[in-house]
Amino acid sequence: MLDKNQIAQRIAQEVKEGYYVNLGIGIPTLVANFVRDDIQVEFQSENGILGMGPFPFEGEEDADLINAGKQTITALKGASYFDSATSFSMIRGQHVDLTILGAMEVSQNGDIANWKIPGKMVKGMGGAMDLVASAENIIVAMMHTNRAGQSKLLKQCSLPLTGVNCVKKIVSNLAVLEVVDGKFKLLERAPGVSVSQIQEATLGELIIEGEIPQMKF
Amino acid sequence: MINKTVVNVQQACKGVQDGMTFMLGGFGLCGIPENAIAELVRLDVKKVTCISNNAGVDDFGLGLLLQKRQIKKMISSYVGENAEFERQMLSGELDVELIPQGTLAQRCLAAQSGVPAFYTPAGYGTEVGEGKESREFNGKMHLLEHAFNAQFSFVKAWKGDTAGNLIFKGTARNFNPNMCGAAKITVAEVEQLVPAGELDPNQIHIPGIFVQRIFQGKQYQKRIEQRTVRQL
Repeated sequence: MLDKNQIAQRIAQEVKEGYYVNLGIGIPTLVANFVRDDIQVEFQSENGILGMGPFPFEGEEDADLINAGKQTITALKGASYFDSATSFSMIRGQHVDLTILGAMEVSQNGDIANWKIPGKMVKGMGGAMDLVASAENIIVAMMHTNRAGQSKLLKQCSLPLTGVNCVKKIVSNLAVLEVVDGKFKLLERAPGVSVSQIQEATLGELIIEGEIPQMKF
Repeated sequence: MINKTVVNVQQACKGVQDGMTFMLGGFGLCGIPENAIAELVRLDVKKVTCISNNAGVDDFGLGLLLQKRQIKKMISSYVGENAEFERQMLSGELDVELIPQGTLAQRCLAAQSGVPAFYTPAGYGTEVGEGKESREFNGKMHLLEHAFNAQFSFVKAWKGDTAGNLIFKGTARNFNPNMCGAAKITVAEVEQLVPAGELDPNQIHIPGIFVQRIFQGKQYQKRIEQRTVRQL
């Protein structure tokens, strides 16, 4: 079973040369730590920076320089700043190559829910609805089950949706899965996790073809 | 040059009344019009609608107006950092319209640029699309969204000149430029106000035509919400 950093590490393998990447809040933010340093990649944060760098050293924080999670960041050489409308032109206009975000639920047809639990938690969608409505390439980083042990990979989402038919790939603490023909296709399993453990933790329909390889790190 | 300067925040906020709709720049606490917010608290205007990406934190930013129950309705994309906000919303005291961040930005831009409405794919098939006109373009469904209609825009820039030209800094830019000229009166507060002619025209982000009033703000706190550092 993977921890949050290992999920991020596995997702980092999906980041390819020349990609502009938008990272969501939570596990996706960690992906930047694991991207190979021999490829050229730029991170976009939708509050208005392209070429986002690591967190600043203590004493170098700048209140005017934050990411979408409101954390202090730095800008790399060659970075640019822009307004919110321009930022979402990059996103809606499909200039961003890869979007990585978290989810509370994902359904087997690629619907995603991550912004609201009616009556309990209402934080808002932020940029997530724009991102999932437009991005060609969306990877969801999530835990396979919730704290009560219930599957978060479902036939149908029970929570209010963020977007429909949009998720392409999921990397969880148990597995890598792809959304294919309205089902979850199992691609890889986490080290030490069996196919039957993944089946037990998945409420949506699974496609399991042949031997399922273990993730490589 | 047309001189847009007003002497202080009191003059800048002249005409603000109960029941009005305000746009306020900023993302989280980054780039918020701190002086204008303080003045709105002092004026104690009531039943206002605020268009702002976020609602501040409990004791700063728009959280200050929430504390005094001045806000009737918030139009935002993300409100996760404010316990008082959540309490007022869940109890029904506060009307909240949550909309996608890109839609929020584009509705500001539409108001600024005289476009009454536009189509966007964001939110189609979700609660956001309920009751809205939808239409297919290039095999994909889109929602019709409308330009905002507000009486005042309060924005914050880094530098400005007496002609109302503005330059923003870092990610404090965010919604501020999109809200300029998007309401009947745009009030810009700046950290440094210089005479017209001192800013390089090549470097100006927002031309003064979009700004009606400009003043130099005081005592910026520029609070950091999530101070995050890396180890040496």
